Amino acid sequence: MVEITLNGTPRSVESSTSISTLVEELAMPERRLAVELNGIVVRKADWPETILKADDRIEIVHFVGGG
Amino acid sequence: MEDTFVLAGTTFSSRLIIGTGKYRSNDEMKAAHTASGAEMVTVAVNRVPLDRSSESFLDHLDPKMRILPNTAGCYDADHAIRTARLAREALETDWLKLEVIGDPVTLFPDNEQTLEAAKVLVKEGFIVLPYFTDDLIMAKKLLDAGCAAVMPLAAPIGSGMGVQNPANLRIMREQLPDATIIVDAGVGVPSDAAIAMELGADAILMNTAIAESPDPAAMARAMKLGVEAGRLAYRAGRMPKRLYASASSPIQGAIRP
Repeated sequence: MVEITLNGTPRSVESSTSISTLVEELAMPERRLAVELNGIVVRKADWPETILKADDRIEIVHFVGGG
Repeated sequence: MEDTFVLAGTTFSSRLIIGTGKYRSNDEMKAAHTASGAEMVTVAVNRVPLDRSSESFLDHLDPKMRILPNTAGCYDADHAIRTARLAREALETDWLKLEVIGDPVTLFPDNEQTLEAAKVLVKEGFIVLPYFTDDLIMAKKLLDAGCAAVMPLAAPIGSGMGVQNPANLRIMREQLPDATIIVDAGVGVPSDAAIAMELGADAILMNTAIAESPDPAAMARAMKLGVEAGRLAYRAGRMPKRLYASASSPIQGAIRP
């Protein structure tokens, strides 16, 4: 297992988990998501090849109501 | 005469931009959006919930609406820049309402951090629409940095107090005749919107005044009319203010006692 921080919360994922796999596991209905890995945006095309490492900080965002 | 609103090369027929926050239900929001005639709505970037409770908020928006993501909740330039990049990646839009807050009580903008973020984001190809304090010098700096418009506040966000400093807005209009000025935040009622437009604002962005009305759709329509009335009045030109009366009916020829 690999310990990461996802949206500010500690989380364990299987080793060799990619961003794509993580997003699938979260089963979110919204397709319009963006992912940041250690402060840098990861393009959607790069999600399958981006494997999570120990201590990675992941942010996954979507959109909510706002002004 | 046709009076379209061109912003960053895109033509809008409505001069009202509205938010998507604080509505009691998505149905109320949709009804208000339709009634407002707005063609662009703001949305906020937020962490997805990890408890599988998320839903697709964007699916509740009219697909014809242009979506303008904001950087609400950011307190420094770096945070706003990161949020902007995430918004662009997810929505495939370069348009951005840049908002860097300086203080949680007033939600007044941090103009210095806003300018810093604007410089970076303009270089990255964003169409930056910055929320800032209604200050002419700051407006000039933001425009020099390449912002597509400037968005001065009328009053604190969500306060509904209306245009607190009409002189600043009027000076900004007169000194920056070619700039696009969008009054963002503080409008409470349609007369506030009309005043801002009469003073020469090109458009108005609002959220709370519509969302917190007991009847958001009716208020949205009222705001649409307020914006249109103010715009028509600005284009028509107001009469001069006088300290004393000026009779409207002829004095010559009136019967005498």
